Amino acid sequence: MSTETVAVPAKPKEPKEALFSPKNKRLLYDPLNDNNPITVQILGICSALAVTVKMKPSIVMAMAVITVCAFSNVIISSIRNIIPNRIRIIVQLTIVAAMVILVDQFLKAFVFDVSKQLSVFVGLIITNCIIMGRLEAFAMANKPWPSFLDGIGNGFGYGLILVIVSMIRELLGSGELMGFRIIPESLYKMGYFNNSLVIMPPMALIIVGILIWIQRSRNKKLIESK
Amino acid sequence: MDHVNIFIKAIFVENMIFAYFLGMCSYLAISKTVKSAVGLGLAVIFVLFISVPACYMLEKYVLKAGALSWLSADFASIDLSFLSFIMFIATIASIVQLVEMIVEKYAPALYMSLGIFLPLIAVNCSILGGALFMQEREYATLGEATVFGLGSGVGWFLAIVALSATREKLRYSNIPAPLRGLGITFILTGLMAIAFMSFMGITL
Repeated sequence: MSTETVAVPAKPKEPKEALFSPKNKRLLYDPLNDNNPITVQILGICSALAVTVKMKPSIVMAMAVITVCAFSNVIISSIRNIIPNRIRIIVQLTIVAAMVILVDQFLKAFVFDVSKQLSVFVGLIITNCIIMGRLEAFAMANKPWPSFLDGIGNGFGYGLILVIVSMIRELLGSGELMGFRIIPESLYKMGYFNNSLVIMPPMALIIVGILIWIQRSRNKKLIESK
Repeated sequence: MDHVNIFIKAIFVENMIFAYFLGMCSYLAISKTVKSAVGLGLAVIFVLFISVPACYMLEKYVLKAGALSWLSADFASIDLSFLSFIMFIATIASIVQLVEMIVEKYAPALYMSLGIFLPLIAVNCSILGGALFMQEREYATLGEATVFGLGSGVGWFLAIVALSATREKLRYSNIPAPLRGLGITFILTGLMAIAFMSFMGITL
């Protein structure tokens, strides 16, 4: 007698996505280059220009934005189905504002001098378009975990530009990096001067413009059609 | 005289865009044509003109240390200033929504021409920036705060109209392909900001 066991077809399980599936990894890497929030999506430019005179405040700012962006994305994405459509902007802003208050109080408690340098710009993270933009474009339509990755990725893409711009500005403008002297004294004796124009706010715009130029000449698909 | 000084200072010396880079995202994104730039600029003037005084009243009678003492002497020691972000943004968002509804009801033609720009203003950094600068500089009267709000709005309007007019002309020039569009706009804004720096150091 044959006791053939009919292979019971396994119940069609919902395809569970791995935590770091290729699709999720793209969420993380895309904003670094192809879909960079500053140079491609034109989001979050205001603060990017104002805090980049020195490297230290811009790193702190980048960390603050990564934190706020990731966690507000998670919160909004987990309650996205119960937010009434008409008042969603107020709901989003309130959640972001609560996150920013936490970050602001944290900065005041642990790195007070940096928080003084950043002045109103910590508060302005609330209206930083990266956060609202990602909430509207991604978190309102996706599950919490991808939204979290998206927030982290966009935060890093923002931070990357911030660090590059501040590195150029601090090196050329005051000859230092993170407060350490890079350009030796002897060079100054030979007649080298710090370029004080680079410290001025308008140069930040021009540096970002040049960065965009470099990025697009290497990454042809980003070039805008005429 | 003070009011005129604050007004002129807010337009030129402390221009929201060229001195503080506030409201940059919509400034760069919506400056392709003069027509839409004028619409957005007018909406920003309007919202700043209303929201800065509203935030001023909020700051003076609710948030500042001891501000609640008009309610009862017991509240004199309360300091709610850590709540200012959330209160200001909630005020601004609701004012924007209110303005949207009023304009829709009473001036449908204007509403159609402003289109999606009205709700977008809630997340324009220059509005919250105006409120926060107002808080930082501690204007003495409601009148001064209102004039400051109006002046900042006019400054923003001038900046976006100037940029969009230049961009319309730029279409005819031969720009290297990777620099086209966003890149040249950044550099252009930088040059305009350098020009506006000549107003710095003017004491009024």
